[in-house]
Amino acid sequence: MLSKSQARAFFLGGTVVTFLIFIGLTVYSLAPGNDQTNSENITPQVVHGKELWEANNCMGCHSIMGEGAYYAPELTKVIDRRGEGMVKAILMSPVPWEPSGRKMVAYGMTEEEAEAMVEYFKWIGEIDLNGFDRIVSPLAKDKVQPTIND
Amino acid sequence: MKYKSQKVAYWFFALCMLLFVLQIVYGFIMGFARIGMDGLHEWIPFNTARAVHTNLLVVWLLTGFMGAAYYIIPEEAQRELVSVKLAYVQLISLALVGVAAIIGYHFNYWEGRKFLEIPRELDFLVVINVLLFLGIILLTLFKGKRQTTTALVLSMGLLFAALLYLPGMIWFDSQVTDSFFRWWVVHLWVEGVWELIMGGILAFLLIKLTGVDREVIEKWLYVIVGLTFLSGILGTGHHYYYIGVNNIWLIVGGVFSALEPLAFFAMAMFAVYMYRKGERNHPNKLALFWTVGASIVSFIGAGLLGFAHTLPQTNLYTHGTLVTAMHGHMAFWGAYAMIVLAIISYALPNLTGRKRYNNFTGNAAFWITNIGMLGMTVAFGVAGVAQVYMERKLKMDFMEVQNEISIHFVVLIIMASLFAAGVIMYIMEFVKYGKPTDEALEPNND
Ligand code: HEM
Ligand code: HEM
Ligand SMILES: [Fe+2]
Repeated sequence: MLSKSQARAFFLGGTVVTFLIFIGLTVYSLAPGNDQTNSENITPQVVHGKELWEANNCMGCHSIMGEGAYYAPELTKVIDRRGEGMVKAILMSPVPWEPSGRKMVAYGMTEEEAEAMVEYFKWIGEIDLNGFDRIVSPLAKDKVQPTIND
Repeated sequence: MKYKSQKVAYWFFALCMLLFVLQIVYGFIMGFARIGMDGLHEWIPFNTARAVHTNLLVVWLLTGFMGAAYYIIPEEAQRELVSVKLAYVQLISLALVGVAAIIGYHFNYWEGRKFLEIPRELDFLVVINVLLFLGIILLTLFKGKRQTTTALVLSMGLLFAALLYLPGMIWFDSQVTDSFFRWWVVHLWVEGVWELIMGGILAFLLIKLTGVDREVIEKWLYVIVGLTFLSGILGTGHHYYYIGVNNIWLIVGGVFSALEPLAFFAMAMFAVYMYRKGERNHPNKLALFWTVGASIVSFIGAGLLGFAHTLPQTNLYTHGTLVTAMHGHMAFWGAYAMIVLAIISYALPNLTGRKRYNNFTGNAAFWITNIGMLGMTVAFGVAGVAQVYMERKLKMDFMEVQNEISIHFVVLIIMASLFAAGVIMYIMEFVKYGKPTDEALEPNND
């Protein structure tokens, strides 16, 4: 029968081994050669967009890359779906945008802020998501050419 | 109770009750917003309500864990806490930081990073507070007469939880790297170190309530926490499938997260087996219900419902839908809310000296909250599966789907009302017990 010291060895051994593998895999997947995000395209504008995304807690209603809340649409390919002009108009609107009875917060952003958000969304839209971008709510591509599979 | 300083725990538990009620209030605000009743939108928009709802959850659970530690550690180490005064300072500062964060959320003072919305400036105050807490607990433990496995596992869980908060405080320019390290906090908490805390509390309660030999219980405790880390650390990969990192995580995350239910299964078997084997007939049956209940409901909510969407092939469709919310509710409830309610149910009669075991309201609270939560889980689940099908298979528009599934949120609100009624009963019991007193001191016969 298992003894208490064997049980402790199992706990400590398993923890150390899996932790080391975890660190190894982290280094591996964040290595420049394995970048799937086009990180060279992260301009100061994209960073400003991310700051605005956090400062306004957009993730408290929407999701991005499948992360966030489930109250409002996924925004991963939003520029692709809605176009730049519409996204900017929604962000700059002084009254709540309310497409189907559900209200968004009226942010009344400046032109410059709305542009930063658009750049942020464009950068997100180019990330290789291991296939998720083809599944998440309809993309413009899927709507226009439902048969094409690239 | 055996040591006067254990009384501190009572005030942590009282703060828990208060924050729990507020959490539920904000849950209702979101539930009603989802069926079109969003009259509060201008003052409490959905994102505010959500940040408050989830942060209050985390804070009341942590408050409960701290209370549990202040109760358990003196008894395990066989000495008084090193400083009661500092423990109260810690309690009050924790409450102040918590309240400041919650108020801030109503004025756009936050960081929109799911579950880690507390702004970085306040993060530093949280760190100081937790260091104070850990100092009191660890000093008490190591100055004590003995360092039991139960106490060590519990303290290790608390210490690691504090360390893991740090990666969440780093700023990254890339949304992808930001998410990557956000999961070091969120995932490695709930599917890693918090399970050590849960295991420690569970072992303490089983030793006290069943009378099974400590050596046997603590041996299995090691096996359980061993399984937790063996699966849970690499299981972090189940959040890395589709967020823009290497696809090596599809296989690593898939395999190891699929093993995670084992730890919860072991916990359920452990509790049920010790309950059966137990010779001591402890009169506090209600505490035993919450204890064994936590181990079983966590297996369902975290183990089974987690497994349901953890394979990459499934998660591709369910990622970021209400299916996740279904699992989140039952998992947090079964594993962490119930274990905190278990230790409170066990500690209250001992702290106050009023042996009001097995009263009607207390039993009703147990069953009504659990039935209510089961109903809520089903409501979220049906809404989630319908959403996945319409939105991701049929490619229907987001809001069109939301209108189709809003009926399930009516069901959600009804079930949540039942749940809330159970919580109110639990709190009524809490209040009836009255305050802790030195007269409740019992001779130490361990
Ligand atoms: C007590 C333990 C657990 C708790 C409290 C818990 C809670 C949660 C929460 C709140 C989320 C949502 C996170 C977010 O999107 O920000 C989540 C996601 C997830 N959980 Fe758990 N969980 C637990 C255990 C498990 C286990 C054991 C498994 C697997 C067997 C699992 C599988 C998942 C998966 C796959 C997701 C991602 C869903 C998505 O892609 O949207 N969880 N969990
Ligand atoms: C009256 C009771 C409650 C109601 C009406 C309620 C409702 C909700 C709603 C509507 C959401 C947001 C989902 C979305 O983004 O659209 C949510 C999120 C959440 N709630 Fe509750 N809730 C209640 C109680 C609880 C309890 C007791 C717990 C924990 C034990 C809990 C844990 C959570 C968690 C972890 C999330 C985040 C889930 C995720 O992101 O996947 N809630 N709740
Ligand atoms: Fe996870």
